[in-house]
Amino acid sequence: MKMDVNSNGYTFGFAAVLVIVVAALLSFTATSLKDRQEENVAQEKKQNILASIGLEVERADAAQAYEENIAQEIVIQGNQKIDGLSAFGVDMAEELKKAPSERMYPLFIANYNNTNSYIIPLRGKGLWGPIWGYIALKDDLNTVIGATFGHKSETPGLGAEISTPIFQDQFPGMEIMEGTQFVSIEVRKGDASGTHQVDGISGGTITSVGVDAMLKDCLQGYQSFFDNEIRATQVAYSSFKASATSH
Amino acid sequence: MSDTQTLEKKKSEPLFSKKNKKLISNPLNDDNPITVQVLGICSALAITVKLEPAIVMSMSVLFVMGAGNVVISLMRNLIPSRIRIIVQLVVVASLVILVDQFLKAFLYDVSKQLSVFVGLIITNCIIMGRFEAFALANTPWKSFLDGVGNAFGYAWILIAVAFFRELLGSGTLFGIPVLGDPAAKTGLYALGYENNGMMLLPPMALITVGVIIWIQRAKNTKLIED
Repeated sequence: MKMDVNSNGYTFGFAAVLVIVVAALLSFTATSLKDRQEENVAQEKKQNILASIGLEVERADAAQAYEENIAQEIVIQGNQKIDGLSAFGVDMAEELKKAPSERMYPLFIANYNNTNSYIIPLRGKGLWGPIWGYIALKDDLNTVIGATFGHKSETPGLGAEISTPIFQDQFPGMEIMEGTQFVSIEVRKGDASGTHQVDGISGGTITSVGVDAMLKDCLQGYQSFFDNEIRATQVAYSSFKASATSH
Repeated sequence: MSDTQTLEKKKSEPLFSKKNKKLISNPLNDDNPITVQVLGICSALAITVKLEPAIVMSMSVLFVMGAGNVVISLMRNLIPSRIRIIVQLVVVASLVILVDQFLKAFLYDVSKQLSVFVGLIITNCIIMGRFEAFALANTPWKSFLDGVGNAFGYAWILIAVAFFRELLGSGTLFGIPVLGDPAAKTGLYALGYENNGMMLLPPMALITVGVIIWIQRAKNTKLIED
């Protein structure tokens, strides 16, 4: 029997069969490789978190180095710590869609080279898609130890430069506070100076503005917790220490 | 999917007859997809900064092209001609997604480097071109040879360009420094040699391809136009 391959019925049938076969094949592959892919993504996340405190490790070693150097993971809502949640599992992209008061912010506390540091995940919008990063603060919750940035699809050579050392190396030593006031770090066009400004990327203005907004938005969310829980105790502790030594 | 194979039963021709060998050798030189047909240029510019991604890209294209040509060729008598371009797209897109999924699972770092370019294999005109021009009209074995031949023709240009760009631009091959250490001024750098940062930028890929075309045309008399 010779079928007419150009009849309408056949064309529809052929298209339907093709689509079903392809869909089955692709979903089978995607589901069977999912665990491995997620493992890779988790390793990379750990690698990035560690990179923000200046600890560069291979992706394969990231899980172990993370175990050794990250002392505590906490989840914050408003100015409170929430117990029983995994900070590593919090998806910043989802949290940022919620109202500010309902957001849950993950905070990673590292103990590396005998110093404590606080690592804050960042998430924002670039030109073509999401950008993200991690910024690590010293235990004064002011001075930046380091920052790493990543992006989904910024323009190579322009916006994509935010994930290179040229941009990231500007962050160590920057300060996010002016006295007791939160001021963030501004990404400037060309004339950055002082400890609150870094240079943006020429030709990557929209990405630079995105980084600026991302730093402001994400860091802001932690300030009330920092003020309430950590700075309060630190001030008490240091003034106690000061009064103890002056006697 | 391929239980309806319509292999033509004229097995008189040997697997590697002169004609079949030409299917592999032609795209390497006389009919090279990049330097002669000038197809697939965008990926040749984009991922030739380093050798490793260039090789992974070549292998991905090799797989997509070889497998795609065979699949299209097996279905060539079943594909309604009105939707043949869509069918070709579906085949190439699903193969590319397979490649992408495998890279993400097993070669995660490379897949990050290639990022969007794996997806862009779909738009690589060489692939659709071979499906349409060759696989739709030829037997699976011939189509396979044609796909592999064109992929190799694409690959060697890509790898040659990447070799020069990585060597002259970063002083490394596969990420291993071969010309000495530029920071410590050892090896060639002690003599005042500097890496040429321009080699890392896309325009130099175009110029490198241009130089390859120039050399090829100077050597290959068949390509000289009057």
